[in-house]
Formats: sequence, structure tokens, C-alpha cells
Amino acid sequence: MTEVLNLPPSLDDRTFESILEALASVPPDTKVLLNARHTRWASPYGLTALLTLAQSRSEPPVLYVPEAEETAHYWARTGFFTHAATLFELHGQVPRVHVSGESDVLLEITPVSRSEDVHEVVSRIQKKSQQILVKELALDAKATMGFAMTLSEACQNIVEHAGRGGWVAVQTYRWQKRLGRRVVVIAVCDAGVGFRQSLESAPGRHPGDRWDDGMALEEAVMRGVSRFRDSGRGQGLAGIRRYIGRWDGKLSVRSGTARIAIIPSWDDDVPLQKDLSPFPGTQMQITIPERLADR
Amino acid sequence: MINHIDLSSVLRRTVCDLYSDLVTRPTGAAVRDGIERQLAELGDRTLTVIDFSHVGLLDYSCADEIVAKLLMRYTRADAVDATEQPPRDAYFLFRGVSESHLDAIETVLDRQALAIVAQATNGTVMLVGRVGDSERRAWEVMFRLGRAVPAELAREAGVDVPQATELLNELCRRRLAMRFEESYVAVGGTT
Repeated sequence: MTEVLNLPPSLDDRTFESILEALASVPPDTKVLLNARHTRWASPYGLTALLTLAQSRSEPPVLYVPEAEETAHYWARTGFFTHAATLFELHGQVPRVHVSGESDVLLEITPVSRSEDVHEVVSRIQKKSQQILVKELALDAKATMGFAMTLSEACQNIVEHAGRGGWVAVQTYRWQKRLGRRVVVIAVCDAGVGFRQSLESAPGRHPGDRWDDGMALEEAVMRGVSRFRDSGRGQGLAGIRRYIGRWDGKLSVRSGTARIAIIPSWDDDVPLQKDLSPFPGTQMQITIPERLADR
Repeated sequence: MINHIDLSSVLRRTVCDLYSDLVTRPTGAAVRDGIERQLAELGDRTLTVIDFSHVGLLDYSCADEIVAKLLMRYTRADAVDATEQPPRDAYFLFRGVSESHLDAIETVLDRQALAIVAQATNGTVMLVGRVGDSERRAWEVMFRLGRAVPAELAREAGVDVPQATELLNELCRRRLAMRFEESYVAVGGTT
């Protein structure tokens, strides 16, 4: 039996929850068909989370590619179909396009599993990000190095903690409805062990009765707790927090059944959500908005 | 004798000859190991310039491995366990440190309550990390004086001689000053 799930017209971190809700009652070994024929737009989070979802299924899911030519071409330019071909049974017209040279795709979807991958990602993003961040988002030139550092630390969470490979993508676009400004968005998703299990593996750790995914996220993201005893650990997420604070950005991290967010004044998200539909691993999104002239 | 270690050369030699960024913990650990091996070939007492001039990006994880962990090895003068004793009497000046390097270095030093002497890309020599007011003032006076004895520091800094001696010994333990018999020199003041 195959379970059919229709993807929303706009696929981002919020609407992806509807897919997870629908999947919650589907056993992991049941074949699923993800119908993206009517999907018109996807954020980097939406695309990387889709790959992560496929990684988490024991049977490769079927994916009906978007019918809209513009959408399918865009997905192709992000490199989505290159990776999806190894994880999904693709149905429909997959456009043949080169993945490079697109100005709004700062970093096409890139697999991350080793330290070498982080070097590659950092090297590529520095070449492309300077002009976008300074000229299009009006950020200070100093923001460029911090942006690459933030990306590096976010990717290292996969290498150090996930226990399996994940994906990273960076894109800039105009967020007309929610913000009326351009934004640059980093999405880093994996289907690994997640924060709760990672922290539980710390030597001598005895989780209390109230221990859950939400508490694990609060410890790791807000207090810099790591599974390693080394006192120098846990600085990566703290550095990401400082960077988004400096540039009025937003950070959201989903892991297991919880999601934590550090919310700027321009957004109306909630700081902590618990009892969400389960999803393995960790999914992180970092959003840096265009700087307003008076800031 | 002053030694010079170019971090970009160590990075290329120990990790990959295509890299110019110091990112990830494994990279930082490999570079620190490369530095330690070079130090082992030098004398028991060394002043080493660690040169960041040709390093692109430095992230927090790498800064922790290279700067904080390296320094921690040499600041445990009071360690009871012999395996934790500093392997040699080593001092460091971190040169070619850019503003973005400083961001990562300051963060990791603060976390471990450490401090270094850094020379920025414009040549300015400064203390970076966690340093108390009296220690900072003592180091600044010593940097200005060059080689000096505790009595000279006491006179210049407006403290008594026992206090000056205590401050200098603490600066030495933290690798921010060197002792030469009865006199002391601020790291960075003689290079």
C-alpha cells in the first residue's frame, strides 16, 4: 500500500509541518508518494527537509515533480533533483539545467557528512556571498566573514553530532509578504540522532523525568550544552546566536518533536513549540534580513 | 630565540594544500598538533610568533582547538599531575590577527578565562581575552618599559613591590610576560 501526501503550494519551514503531521500515523516502512505537482515555491528549508524526509524512510518515497516549469527549473538549479534522484523515485519531467551561476542561489543544495565538506561549503560561500550581503542586503562588509563562520558552525553540527550525513543550502530572495525586504536564508537539515539523543550520550548524564526534545533544544541552543565534556564545546551555536543578534536575524532549530526559535522584532513566531509531529535529526534555519537604512 | 610559525603553511602541510580557511575541529586539532611538533624541535624555552596573516576564515571551533587548547597546555604551572605539566616553557605572540579572527579568538579565550598577546594586521600589539584591570595595567606598563624589575613596575604602576612581583608572576604564568633572572619582559614588547 502507498500513502499519498500532497505537498503544499508553498513549501517552507511552517508548511512542512503539515507533511510531518500527515506522516505521523504512517509506519516508517510504508511506501509514501509525495505529490509536489501543484507546489509553486520552496524555501531552502523546504527542499533540504524533503531530502531529509526521504533519508528517514526505509522505502524510497515516490516524488511527483512540480508541474510548473518555472518551479521545476528552480528546483533543478538548486541541485535538488541531483540528490533527489538517489533518494526518491522521481516521476514527471525533471528539467536538465546547470546548477551553477544563479545569482539568488548562494549555495546550491550540498551534502555534508565530513569536515572536508565544511571546508568546501565555506570556500564556495565566501566567493559568492560578499556582493549579495553588502550590495543587496546592505549589510556591513564585516557581516560576510561572520556569515561564513555561522554557516561553518551550523554544518559542523551535522559532522559532530548527527551520526549521518545531511544537507545545506543558502539562498537569497525577496520576502515580500512577511517582511517586504530581501533576506538570505541558510537551511541545514539532517536525519540523524537529534539533540536529545546526542545530549543523552554524554558520559554520566542521567536525564530527569521532564527531559524531552524541548529541554534538549533549550540546553543546546540557549545554554551551549554539548555531549562532550570538553569545556570548549558548545560555542558554535552561541556564535550563531550572536551573529543573528548582531544582524537582526532569526534562528529556528527543530529536533524530534520540538522547535525552538530566537525571534527578532519583525517576526511573530513562537519561542518554543513542543509535541510536534516526530521527525528524526535536526533542522536549522537562519534568516538574515536586508538592513534598513536607519539601523 | 624567536620562532615563527605560519599557520597557513601548517594548515596546508597537515590537512590539505588547497585550504586557506581554519574551520572545523578536526582541522584545528591537526593544526595544533603540527604546531606542537614544531615546538618540540625547539628549545625548552621558546617565544613563538603564530602568524595568521595568510589565514582566511577562522571559526569558533578552530579557534578553540588552535588558540585556547594550545595555550591551556602551557598555563598549568600549578598542575599536580605530571602529565598535565607544561611540556616546555613556551610563550606566544599571535600576529596578523584580523578583526574577524579576533571575534572568534576573543570568544574562545573568554570561555576558558585565557588571554593572549596579539598583533593586529595594522601592527598594534594588544592583550586579547580575559584580563583583570590590574593585570592589564601591569602588562601595559611593562610593554612601555621594556625589560624591568618589580620595583620599576611598582613605581610606574603605583603599586607596592610585593604586589608588582605578584602581578608579574601571574603574567608569566599566563604566558603574557617572560622572566629573565630578576627582570621581566612583556610578551610582544621585544619583537
